[in-house]
Amino acid sequence: MSRPIHREESASIDRLAIRYIREAAQHGLYEIRGMGAKRAVPSFDDLVFLTASASRYPLEGYREKCESKTVLGTRYAKKPIELEIPITIAGMSFGALSANVKEALGRAATAMGTSTTTGDGGMTSEERQSSKTLVYQCLPSRYGFNPDDLRKADAIEMVLGQGAKPGGGGMLLGQKVSPRVAKMRTLPEGIDQRSACRHPDWTGPDDLKIKLEELREITDWQVPIYVKMGATRVRDDVKLAVKAGADVVVIDGMQGGTAATQQVFIEHTGIPTLAALPLAVEALDDMNVVGEVQLIISGGIRTGADVAKALALGADAVAIGQGVLVALGCNHDSYVQDGANIDATEDYAKLGTAPGYCHHCHTGQCPVGITTQDSVLERRLTPDVGAERLKNYLQVLNMELTTLARACGKSNVHHLEPEDLVALTVEAAAMAKVPLAGTDWIPGRRDP
Amino acid sequence: MTHAMQFDLAKLSVREINQFLHHQLSGSGVDRIEILHPDGNHSIAVGMDADVAVDILGHAGYFIAGMNKRASVTVHGNVGWSVAENIMSGLVRVKGHASESAAASGHGGLVVIEGDASSRCGISMKGCDIVVGGSVGHFSAFMAQAGTLVVCGDAGPNLGDSLYEATIYVRGKIHSLGADAREEELQAADIERVSHLLAAAEIDCDASQFKRIASARSLYHWNADAHQEY
Repeated sequence: MSRPIHREESASIDRLAIRYIREAAQHGLYEIRGMGAKRAVPSFDDLVFLTASASRYPLEGYREKCESKTVLGTRYAKKPIELEIPITIAGMSFGALSANVKEALGRAATAMGTSTTTGDGGMTSEERQSSKTLVYQCLPSRYGFNPDDLRKADAIEMVLGQGAKPGGGGMLLGQKVSPRVAKMRTLPEGIDQRSACRHPDWTGPDDLKIKLEELREITDWQVPIYVKMGATRVRDDVKLAVKAGADVVVIDGMQGGTAATQQVFIEHTGIPTLAALPLAVEALDDMNVVGEVQLIISGGIRTGADVAKALALGADAVAIGQGVLVALGCNHDSYVQDGANIDATEDYAKLGTAPGYCHHCHTGQCPVGITTQDSVLERRLTPDVGAERLKNYLQVLNMELTTLARACGKSNVHHLEPEDLVALTVEAAAMAKVPLAGTDWIPGRRDP
Repeated sequence: MTHAMQFDLAKLSVREINQFLHHQLSGSGVDRIEILHPDGNHSIAVGMDADVAVDILGHAGYFIAGMNKRASVTVHGNVGWSVAENIMSGLVRVKGHASESAAASGHGGLVVIEGDASSRCGISMKGCDIVVGGSVGHFSAFMAQAGTLVVCGDAGPNLGDSLYEATIYVRGKIHSLGADAREEELQAADIERVSHLLAAAEIDCDASQFKRIASARSLYHWNADAHQEY
């Protein structure tokens, strides 16, 4: 008679840890992947709205107007950005994404009256033509960066880092360095491209101030300059960005995505978006520039509720990357080609994954044709299909945002405030600096 | 016939001068600009896109002639960080010394530093040519992708670290090479290339005395084959 098998999984050496250790021992290489952090962290889901009741008066959810117009870059720029909705498309590169996708982003953003953003690798003609409002990133690599495109931009985003890999440079593996990508980046075709983690022509915040002035001089002080940073030492970093002359500060929390970086970065660097946002707002308040310097928050924003909570905590707008890709078809089990739905699960399986779990953007073998430079795969998402899906998604987000705002009695989404929120967990209450539901307790905040 | 104009930074702002250079210069018939009293000001003559000669008469600050196209800019003095950063075409000449990151990320054109250049000269360069009459500091041509860096003096530590396809020529001592940079045999084509650049820079040196540094290309692939996913 055999003995019963006793299974007690170790909390520290669990199956994930065993898999990690085995792979490290087998390959001698760390894992690279796309997307954002998969671990659970306190998030906007841990907050709820205190919508109107006897003490507050709601607006009619289907009829009464609720303004969502958003203006960014009012500090120094002669031509601030004016958007219809406070939901923008985050920077994602041509190279990471196909040209079809870049065009789809521009078309959807334009249809919804919002902005899209270039990425590492420069500005493509497709995205410039399709985007009414295009933000041009100035990244450490400076791939494809040039004064002609700079002057075509509606805003400039100086990128110091991103939430998925603050302090780390970029990667674009050789499968995605196609002839066009290689030419735009002045690199040999097919090499595993690394992007620098530091800018080549300035280092500290004092230099940054002079660098921003140079960009303003080149563009004749016409367009706003954003400064984007991964969320680490948020309070100090935001203050330095403001001192350096940013019109807009963009903070990207640890849930932010990437096309490719080391797993160890994705899961173990930066702080959650929920924690970063109040710190950024406090920094702007300390500098007495609330309303003068606008704040964009990104990193794991998916729903209209996320957007509403971000605005209530003090963001002027949000930027979305991964949610946008999912709207386009990322992690879907099929794609549309010639009007027909075609099953993609076998292609996911070839990558060793399945719909709903895929983070293999780095391979360039995207089963649904989004994060690829492969001429066959990229036909799996046409600009028409992508733009329609994304427009619908953005529309839903704004509808949810305005619905929640109306229920809080606000006729303008920018009137949402921290007082409209409570937290469901102690951790979220401490990070968001709103009371734990049913209490007046904000952990970490001393009584006045 | 030359039509010259003078601007005095003791009386005007950098903004006023750049505004003229960007918007009023074209069609004005002016083909030579003199800028007096630069006095360490930053961002002078940035974003130029005109066939014009600009002479900056004195020492200047950061980002001088940044993102230059077509113009021929001469600084009659020393410059701060990142002179001619992201240069696209034209010529930028510094008669004195240059601080860090000279010609960073330059895509095209020629940058001449007649004196010494500091650290990271030619960092991230993407096709421009650089000739330094003196020496360069550490990490020069770091991650340089394309173009040529000619150093008539010595080179500091970690020269050409993580080089891509740019080529470096050094006449003097090299303190140390960076990762993936290696010395290669100087060929006739190299001597011709260096001679051409020295002539364009108006610097008198024997091109056959230079050492050629290029990428060993061992970092071009992230050992991807070892992992199942690639």
